[in-house]
Amino acid sequence: MAYRWKNDLSHADITPKSAYLNRRQILAGTVGLGAIGLAGGAQAQDGLEPNTLEEIRSYNNFYEFGTGKEDPALNAHNLDTSNWTVKVDGLVDNPGDYAMDDLLAGLSVEDRLYRFRCVEAWSMVVPWNGIELADILNKVGVQSSAKYVAFETVVQPENMIGVQRRVLDFPYVEGLRLDEAMHPLTIMATGLYDEPLAKQNGAPMRLVVPWKYGFKSIKSIVRITLTDEEPPISWNKANRREYGFYSNVNPTVDHPRWSQASERVIGGGLFASRQDTLMFNGYPEVASLYEGMDLSVDF
Amino acid sequence: MILSQTINSGLRKIPTWTIYIVGGAWVVWMFYLAATNQMGPEPINALEREYGELGLKLIVLGLAVTPLRRWTGLNLMKFRRAIGVTAFFVVLAHFLVWALLDVGTFGRMWTEIVKRPYVTVGMASFIMLIPLAVTSNNLSIRKLGGATWRKLHKLTYPIALCAVVHYLWLVKGFQIEPFVYLGIVILLLALRQSGFKWPTGTFKPRAIKGAASE
Repeated sequence: MAYRWKNDLSHADITPKSAYLNRRQILAGTVGLGAIGLAGGAQAQDGLEPNTLEEIRSYNNFYEFGTGKEDPALNAHNLDTSNWTVKVDGLVDNPGDYAMDDLLAGLSVEDRLYRFRCVEAWSMVVPWNGIELADILNKVGVQSSAKYVAFETVVQPENMIGVQRRVLDFPYVEGLRLDEAMHPLTIMATGLYDEPLAKQNGAPMRLVVPWKYGFKSIKSIVRITLTDEEPPISWNKANRREYGFYSNVNPTVDHPRWSQASERVIGGGLFASRQDTLMFNGYPEVASLYEGMDLSVDF
Repeated sequence: MILSQTINSGLRKIPTWTIYIVGGAWVVWMFYLAATNQMGPEPINALEREYGELGLKLIVLGLAVTPLRRWTGLNLMKFRRAIGVTAFFVVLAHFLVWALLDVGTFGRMWTEIVKRPYVTVGMASFIMLIPLAVTSNNLSIRKLGGATWRKLHKLTYPIALCAVVHYLWLVKGFQIEPFVYLGIVILLLALRQSGFKWPTGTFKPRAIKGAASE
């Protein structure tokens, strides 16, 4: 089932490591000239230029480690990722507690260069390494009665300052409809830029659903449950009006408190202008999943 | 009271224009950090937040001047105008970053102000600051008369409340900081209610009366 989706850009198009490590300095230099950030912003808007590793690792939402964008980078080192075990249960043929390596053994890790659009109206481009979620689900055997997949993030209260502060009702939970979960675009990421995921990026394994707002791409997963009912999801529990189960990127359906029509591209610098947000974040191939649905109701 | 007197005599030696210089230098320094990519990968939002939070802090500090004096004897009265005017300029910087660098176009600005309640209250707070900044000089006090001027400057209360609501309304999930500000502002407003009895013996009523008309 792997390799069902192809990037427009090949792996060779990904910025070489030496260059992405230096891009920040180059950018800083350009802005200093007063020509004013045009370089970074424009490049990010033509084609898909991935953000630098530093950007991807320093600007994160991971509320278990604090609500500031820099908090996860500061606090996530406390996360204990040793002996990672994933509980697989519900409507599956082979339930059980899987060591991560066993769960993923034999499955193909692919490079996927994806747009990443946060519900807060900022975006990045990330060169993920991951496994099609469908491959994992097929491995554990999805029963025919299953309609949804639920995911759960690890809770380590002593290591997670945000859990102690009860910013959300932890553990963080997310879910997908089964056809969304089986779509070739949906991956379980284990790395990016060919390096293992940093803890603030959701180590050791996280979901990536590129046509949905970032919070759907749940991090540091310890439980996968197949169910026949729509599972609760954390942000919807926190505010039903603002965060729907589907949360597909949709420039025509605003967040009640802010517009989703445009986004700020991370790495563009202080003087980069917003860019228009694309329907399904620029992945029109998923539109057929939602045929006949009113996406302003099922937002 | 010994400590507050020591601090007060120290403060007497500091000229009020220090506030403007420090405030202005801070605004420029933050802008420099943001423009040279030293404020994280998303400098627009970071700068907006820096300016917004300092603006709120200065508004709260301005509100706290009288209660601080009454409760602790700490006398910041001579700095109050400078604190208020600096708050206005910092909030102006906050507004400009939002308008010019974040939202970018007038069309989007108007849509945001009309459609987004947190932007609406933020704008309301900023607009109410304008007449206060314009009349923060001795000439205006003379022209308006002390009573009218004082009445006008009671706008600080709704300004502070709108600023806090603006903050509360824009965060996601349950975050403590905006609630801390809300608590402080409500406390400060409650302390200023006319029915509130001040603890006796900590201040000289006549001195306060004179100061309050400034």
